[in-house]
Amino acid sequence: MSQSLYNHLRLNVFPTPYCPGCGHGILLGAVIRAMDDAGIDWEKTLFVSGIGCAAWIPSPHLMVDTLHTLHGRPIAYATGAKIANPDLNVIVVSGDGDLSAIGGNHLIHAARRDLGITVICANNRIYGMTGGQAAPTTPCGATTQTTPWGDEERPFDLCNLVRGAGGKFVARHTVFQIRNLIKTLSTALSTDGFSFVEALSPCPTHYGKLNKIPTLGDFQDLMKVQYIDKRRWDKLTPEDRKEKIPTGIWREE
Amino acid sequence: MKHTIEKVKSPIKPGEYFLMGDEASADGAIAAGCNFFAGYPITPASEIMVRMVHRLRETDGSFIQMEDEIGSICAMIGASWAGSKAMTATSGPGLSLMMEGLGYAAITEAPIVIVDVQRAGPATGQATRPGSGDVFQVKYGSHGDYEIIALSPWSVQEVFDLTLEAFNLAEAYRVPVFVLADESVGHLRERVIVPEEVERWNRPFASGAPPFDTDDPNGIPSMPAFGQGEHLLVTGSTHDGKGYRKTQDAATHEKLVKRLVGKIRNAADEISRCETYQTDDADILIVAYGFSARASLDAISEFRSKGVKVGLFRPVTLWPFPEKGLLETARGVKHIVVPEMNYGQVSREVERILHREITALPQVDGEGMRPGTIVDGIEQLIGRAK
Repeated sequence: MSQSLYNHLRLNVFPTPYCPGCGHGILLGAVIRAMDDAGIDWEKTLFVSGIGCAAWIPSPHLMVDTLHTLHGRPIAYATGAKIANPDLNVIVVSGDGDLSAIGGNHLIHAARRDLGITVICANNRIYGMTGGQAAPTTPCGATTQTTPWGDEERPFDLCNLVRGAGGKFVARHTVFQIRNLIKTLSTALSTDGFSFVEALSPCPTHYGKLNKIPTLGDFQDLMKVQYIDKRRWDKLTPEDRKEKIPTGIWREE
Repeated sequence: MKHTIEKVKSPIKPGEYFLMGDEASADGAIAAGCNFFAGYPITPASEIMVRMVHRLRETDGSFIQMEDEIGSICAMIGASWAGSKAMTATSGPGLSLMMEGLGYAAITEAPIVIVDVQRAGPATGQATRPGSGDVFQVKYGSHGDYEIIALSPWSVQEVFDLTLEAFNLAEAYRVPVFVLADESVGHLRERVIVPEEVERWNRPFASGAPPFDTDDPNGIPSMPAFGQGEHLLVTGSTHDGKGYRKTQDAATHEKLVKRLVGKIRNAADEISRCETYQTDDADILIVAYGFSARASLDAISEFRSKGVKVGLFRPVTLWPFPEKGLLETARGVKHIVVPEMNYGQVSREVERILHREITALPQVDGEGMRPGTIVDGIEQLIGRAK
């Protein structure tokens, strides 16, 4: 770990509480590197999170002002803090359930308002902290505690959702594509207006165990087959798209 | 720690106004230094939000209309921690949505002011009709143990005064404060005097002091703001003095809850306020608050003209309830009646405090309390006593 990373961490709280193979620690490192790459003033930065595994990425790990809020509400808190003090860099880090199920309304309205904050969604496609229930991002057919015979509902495509709601910068990467992820986060942090980055993060413990992807290695192997650059994905036929998950930039203004 | 006090020239032009209660609430907030409002439209409180749009523009504050009341209270807490004096205004259904956020404000000790212009419930009920059904909700509506302060205005002047005071109390005690108005007083138009100078209390702050613990027996810690380089850890989970989550530690949880509750309960005599009218010789004591207290005055003069000695005890703070004042006033009184625009909330509190039989006079027809309700109730009581 580089010295710069140490400077921004509360080392007294380590190790992280994350399970083996969880991608959230990688995202934590990526966020710090992106902050430095974008030249963001840490002392004028507020990290806001909700409830769930991903909400613990900034709080308490980052040596910065943090606001660990109610389930689903980090964007609403961030809205108040940003409007009360526009000089603050306000960054929300939370999970897919937090931001798109219970907090989905705040997500689309912050994007609609073009609120000058960055929202980073750690998407593991399941509720991890409560033991593995289906999320609005759980893929069709996937097994969870609450969909033991396969999820019959369609998942949200968060990037399409936020782009539709008016987000200025909208992108998705996996935590395995670390260079792209850092670069994308850095662009998001430098965006003037509402920016949204979806970071796909593996959850071997809950999602993996129930869906025959039990280790981080298995997730990586799957990624190589599933994830493709959005520009390539755009050219695919609807039939070919079925098994693929596009990553890249949805909108950049 | 102790709050600081400043005297400032009123930002609202001093003088005499003819205002609606809701408008007076907005002006009282601005006088108190309110510089942030988040809200969502709801009858009969919308007029407060609409006036705040203009007032905050005049005073360089921030306004946002949120997507719902959950968003409003959360935005307000975010703003409070960013250093603002934050407010919202709502009514029953919106208040119900805010309950989780209320607990968050209590556990993070964020000063916020909620003006609740009560209407007849439950649920949508009668949106344009008054009620006093939220007295227990503000105190017990959020889960877990916490304390709040609630003030009950009975005139438009008092809506102004108590909204101002609500901000001061919120800052001094780092606690959510409610102005429990109702539609009757919210939509009433009366004379309001705006003073030349107003006293503002500001939250205690000492750089580097723990934001969630204190050695001061008053139990009120320093409150820094985001962006001051304090590296704040604010969380709704159980936390230690510095804000670190302690979600398994029994001693930390007990210490935190006892301090959150104790800082208000121990100061109850300091915070609570009441007024009495013609109670010195009273045989019958009316305990009434808000609009019901006004109707009580009519009933009192009617009985007094017939030689029946009736008096009024009016709690100005509903939470903490002015227990000492009530105990003293009720001494030697033959009958206690509690008229209110709900099916019996404060009446239970009065019963609890006095440990004696009282007569509740609920009026739940969605109308403002009528003197007739109180007169009839007292006449029945006298008839029974004979």
